[in-house]
Amino acid sequence: MLSAAPRPRTLFEKIWERHLVREEAGAPSLLYIDLHLVHEVTSPQAFEGLRRRGLRVRRPERTLATVDHSIPTSGSGLEEADPLAAEQIRTLGRNVREFAIPFHGLGDQARGIVHVIGPELGRTHPGMTIVCGDSHTSTHGAFGALAFGIGTTEVEHVLATQCVLQRKPKTFEVRIDGSLSRGVSAKDIILALLAKVGVAGGTGHVFEYRGGAIRGLSMEERMTICNMSIEGGARAGMIAPDDVTFEYLAGRPSAPGGAAFDRAVERWRRLPSDEGAAYDASVTLDATTLEPMITYGTNPGMGIPVTAPVPDPAALVDEDTRRASARALEYMGLAPGRPLLGHPVDVVFIGSCTNSRLSDLRLAASLMKHRTVAPGVRALVVPGSQQVKRAAEEEGLDAVFRSAGAEWRESGCSMCIAMNGDRLGEGQYAVSTSNRNFEGRQGPGGRTFLASPLTAAAAAVTGVITDVRTILNGR
Amino acid sequence: MAAPFKTLQSRAVHLPMNDVDTDQIIPARFLTGTGRTGLGAHLFADLRFDQAGSPRKGFPLNAPGIEGAQILLAGKNFGCGSSREHAAWALVDFGFRAVIAPSFADIFRGNALKNGLLPIQLDSDETATIAEAVKADPSILISISLEDQQLEWADTAVMFSIEPFARQCLLHGVDELGYILRFQREIETFERRHKAEVPS
Repeated sequence: MLSAAPRPRTLFEKIWERHLVREEAGAPSLLYIDLHLVHEVTSPQAFEGLRRRGLRVRRPERTLATVDHSIPTSGSGLEEADPLAAEQIRTLGRNVREFAIPFHGLGDQARGIVHVIGPELGRTHPGMTIVCGDSHTSTHGAFGALAFGIGTTEVEHVLATQCVLQRKPKTFEVRIDGSLSRGVSAKDIILALLAKVGVAGGTGHVFEYRGGAIRGLSMEERMTICNMSIEGGARAGMIAPDDVTFEYLAGRPSAPGGAAFDRAVERWRRLPSDEGAAYDASVTLDATTLEPMITYGTNPGMGIPVTAPVPDPAALVDEDTRRASARALEYMGLAPGRPLLGHPVDVVFIGSCTNSRLSDLRLAASLMKHRTVAPGVRALVVPGSQQVKRAAEEEGLDAVFRSAGAEWRESGCSMCIAMNGDRLGEGQYAVSTSNRNFEGRQGPGGRTFLASPLTAAAAAVTGVITDVRTILNGR
Repeated sequence: MAAPFKTLQSRAVHLPMNDVDTDQIIPARFLTGTGRTGLGAHLFADLRFDQAGSPRKGFPLNAPGIEGAQILLAGKNFGCGSSREHAAWALVDFGFRAVIAPSFADIFRGNALKNGLLPIQLDSDETATIAEAVKADPSILISISLEDQQLEWADTAVMFSIEPFARQCLLHGVDELGYILRFQREIETFERRHKAEVPS
């Protein structure tokens, strides 16, 4: 008799099925959460809800809190914080004490942007379900985890029950083959993908990034890509774990140690999508043809190769898109058909959960070494965590940035979300390594060009939007 | 837990923009509070007001006669970007009880439902038809029956679909956390098995 072969499953399906506490027709599934990350902005109302109901945190050991969004990066205290932000930060401190949650607060050497420290501390493992009241939780998918952002009501649900109600998303294969040219990086891959699928292309889906170009990336580069999955509307982004993943995790403080690590790797090796597993949607991208990318508009899907002219809204067929594009150009103060190359910039921001890790800072520093920030340009380098900061300082990267004339800060979200006082003035132009170029995102009236750390560093030293390859080739 | 949502009759405000992100709905600088209330004053802050704090002419929420409108008629992919539930809180605090759009971003849709704000997804043609009707007569009343999953204005009616669980929760003001807490035994059983499978 023939025995039916098990149906090939995707990475997503394997993790989803393993974490189902309960399934019921017509209702969302109850999904168990392995790791819950908490920060100051989206948690106070959730803790308040627990208190009102007299509930405890079900699994404090599966919870990790830090402060990142609204903290000052100019010093390590609260002296320069906005009074409301300071109160919000203190509120988290009180909440984690009351509910006995592990916490990396302001004075803690392990603090940093929540999506930087989770992996850095080895808390993020392949096969896990991870949530946080933050849409860039998708970052952790780089490890082959199912990681997604949730609202504050769900933060309360997870604190109380370690579970969330979720409708099963669909799967979306993003195949990226080929290899990157010099001057082109992970950020350019994701900006090119977003330009292709748009900001709603992934709605209701989980991206799984596959293909040779992805396999060739480091963990930090993979995190950059998964980080921006939400900008394509996707619920999460994932990359199957491999030796690169295991090597990154080995020896991290919260990774399994010794024989337990070997057993974990054995489990993790079964996670990648099975041969022949089916996806609900699929798209391909050739990394070989990619150029450095930059956004020209007011959402992350409005990206073009840095050498391309600003697209003309009049050439767009769809009326809504044409209107949105015209509005974006008006906000950005850009003329259609004109090149972005040579456009002056006021500020360069290197940081955020997208691009603030050591390898990002190394890239930026490699370009800024023996060069100076152009007159009139303010360059801000904000490491993703205190650990990244220390590592960068040990290598002398801070000295490179400082002697170039850039500001070297304490870690935090900083000018990506502009909640802490680091922000653009009205009408200012920034080249930013962050993830969102929405109107006012980096400060009311501020105008953002999203780009890679290399492209941002090139703009810092030239004062204008620059094709970094011209600098690299000129050496 | 939000109050039950059964029916609603109201004028609608049309915001003819696609991909309205939650940074537009409530800019991040207003997220430093620790409560859920008072955010309505800052709803669409940078679209509604200029840098001096004066209302921007031409922004639909500044149009005369929209006071008391409880329905927002929006474009595709409404609520994209940041997961901030403050976006739903701000809309509710301002007085909105329903958003009609051709599509919603996933996280926003979930946040809206948890706050008694009904996201109604219609196809683009249907939303365009409603927008035309609102444009022709801004005082036109739109009636929503969640029980019947029906939307009516003038002499037109359309059906809308909504996930049964979400519908039940809204109709009866179901407290989702209370619902999950009913499954404590299942959660405990799961945890024991899970700990054995994934010891680390």
